[in-house]
Amino acid sequence: MLEINNLHVKLEDEDKVILRGVDLKIGPGEVHAIMGPNGSGKSTLSYVLSGRDGYEVTDGSATLEGEELLDMEPEERAAAGLFLAFQYPVEIPGVGNMTFLRTALNSQRKARGEEELSAGDFLKLVREKAKTLKIDADMLKRPVNVGFSGGEKKRNEILQMAILEPRMCILDETDSGLDVDAMKLVSDGVNALRDGKRSFLVITHYQRLLDHIKPDVVHIMAAGRIIKTGGPDLALEVENNGYADLLAEVQ
Amino acid sequence: MALPQAKQDALAARIAGLDLPKGGWLGEARAEALARLTAMGLPGKRDEYWRYTDPTALTAPQASAAVFDDSDEPPVFDAIDRVKLVFTDGIFDAAASDDPALAGVEIERLALAGAANIHWAQGLYGVLEARGQNPVPRPLAALNSAFATDGLLIRVTGRAAKPVSLVYQHKSESSDAILHHVIKLEVDAELTLLENGPAAARFLKVLEVEVSDRARFHHIRAQGRDHERLAATHIFARLGTESLFKSFTLTANGRLTRNDCVLELTGDDAKAHVAGAAMGDRDFHHDDTVFVTHAAERCESRQVFKKVLKNGAVGVFQGKILVKPGAQKTDGYQISQSLLLDDDSQFLAKPELEIYADDVKCSHGSTSGAIDETALYYLRSRGVPLKQAQSLLVLAFLAEAIAEIEDEAIADDIRGRLEGWLHRHES
Ligand SMILES: Nc1ncnc2c1ncn2[C@@H]1O[C@H](COP(=O)(O)OP(=O)(O)OP(=O)(O)O)[C@@H](O)[C@H]1O
Ligand SMILES: [Mg+2]
Repeated sequence: MLEINNLHVKLEDEDKVILRGVDLKIGPGEVHAIMGPNGSGKSTLSYVLSGRDGYEVTDGSATLEGEELLDMEPEERAAAGLFLAFQYPVEIPGVGNMTFLRTALNSQRKARGEEELSAGDFLKLVREKAKTLKIDADMLKRPVNVGFSGGEKKRNEILQMAILEPRMCILDETDSGLDVDAMKLVSDGVNALRDGKRSFLVITHYQRLLDHIKPDVVHIMAAGRIIKTGGPDLALEVENNGYADLLAEVQ
Repeated sequence: MALPQAKQDALAARIAGLDLPKGGWLGEARAEALARLTAMGLPGKRDEYWRYTDPTALTAPQASAAVFDDSDEPPVFDAIDRVKLVFTDGIFDAAASDDPALAGVEIERLALAGAANIHWAQGLYGVLEARGQNPVPRPLAALNSAFATDGLLIRVTGRAAKPVSLVYQHKSESSDAILHHVIKLEVDAELTLLENGPAAARFLKVLEVEVSDRARFHHIRAQGRDHERLAATHIFARLGTESLFKSFTLTANGRLTRNDCVLELTGDDAKAHVAGAAMGDRDFHHDDTVFVTHAAERCESRQVFKKVLKNGAVGVFQGKILVKPGAQKTDGYQISQSLLLDDDSQFLAKPELEIYADDVKCSHGSTSGAIDETALYYLRSRGVPLKQAQSLLVLAFLAEAIAEIEDEAIADDIRGRLEGWLHRHES
């Protein structure tokens, strides 16, 4: 599904190197988790994959089902099936959440040569998905993420994911800011999307989320590289011992 | 004090070809307006109120020819149930208009009603304009009162069941139209006035509105789409107790647009809202000049002006709130913002507050900014193409101004017009 090879990234305006050769391969239907110390480059990896400005890829590649992502515009990546649930969802004053969702969905459908969804069908779809995520009508009416609490913003990200039905989902610290119940709700939402084909890359600091969304593979990222890859046990090890031992191991 | 010779000459040249009909109450009003104009002279670049906008094209003897854009886009308000009254090259066009019969509304043509000796409009025509000459002279409005070629006198005694819609057309490419409308809303009356259409190569317009106690006036206009057009418009309104005045203007294109709005809140608990959304490209110059006077207690005024500028377009906002002594509990709000889509465009703003009462709440703010790159990326990451994402953010920026339109169908119409404009410019 997603294949990242030797990805090197620096900041566009500064000589700061952030990713120093990331290799990652996620097969169809797999759930991978990335953990790692603050500032190790996890969010940067997700931004670079989704096409945010400000980063320069100096080496390497990233393909989604064989197609080079790094040559595409952000909207093309989305239409190709990539989705990033943001660590810090963006507020857009003046743009209603419904308008936003509908424009996004129909843009992607159009880009893929599919028919746009009618207003009625769209409304039905949103209502159904919003209900399972306990997102009320008021949140749908308000401008995108404006005045949403931290947890509401994260749930709104998952709502977008549920509606857009991407093939490759990247979740950047979706668990941060969620209360225990919301964590369960969001995890259920994610698990409902697991269909054996759709793949997930879950960035998190805590084992807690991985109790709900069970990963097949866990990676540890440090200083812009994947320094260790293992099974679900690796996350438990981090939870219990922190990163010190792992970092010492590679040095 | 006599005007300098150069100013006298410029004025003489500007009005040389214009007709000043005599006789009747209107003849007197015209003569008085001419006297005001002669004392003031035409606006010049050095005048305080014309510092950001060069009036030369408006004061030149002749209007330069304008190429009108006859795109097949349906005119705005077409889908609204309304009484449509058409002016072609500045003259009322009965053949193209609806029957002006509307319960609770009396409509007369200025060109015909002026000959009488007495008329209700006597107390308003040129009168509100003259009041609005203080403290800042507005010579183009006095010129209009003197030389208006036509216009409507509308007296509203009840609640109009549908909007009166003024549509301005042109046949000539160098038409130089001067229209003057007077509207009087009697106590408890209500009217929605719509205005749209390219009007003329050069268009001078004055709208005087008396909103009596508890009356409600809604005004929505769409200017522009023809890029060459020049327009200088004035609204002078006086508000009675518990009355409401709401005016919204959409401007898309036009080379030079100057919209003056002079509002006087004279009755307690009145509300005046004036808003504008402008979108300009290339040699677009758009100037909103607003003066709101609070002369009564517990009145509310709102000024909401938003401009989207690109390819060197220029936006100007001069807005003032004057709170007179005794106008306690005034609530005055003013915001002017521009969204600059490139580095060539500019926005010049002069917000002013002058307050002589101690128990008031007044705020004003002015900002200029580029499109929010993070929001743009967020939209694109969800699959929205760049141009469409930009359009969404532009509409979002203008939303606060459009929200000033109360009627949802009309607001949707305006929004649709904006979307169409944005869509055509999505390249
Ligand atoms: N636009 C930027 N300007 C300056 N520094 C940046 C920028 N983007 C990322 N960085 C730096 O790159 C490093 C990696 O940041 P990144 O956000 O990817 O870390 P992270 O692994 O997601 O951390 P966290 O766990 O705290 O979310 C940090 O040192 C960060 O300060
Ligand atoms: Mg991060």
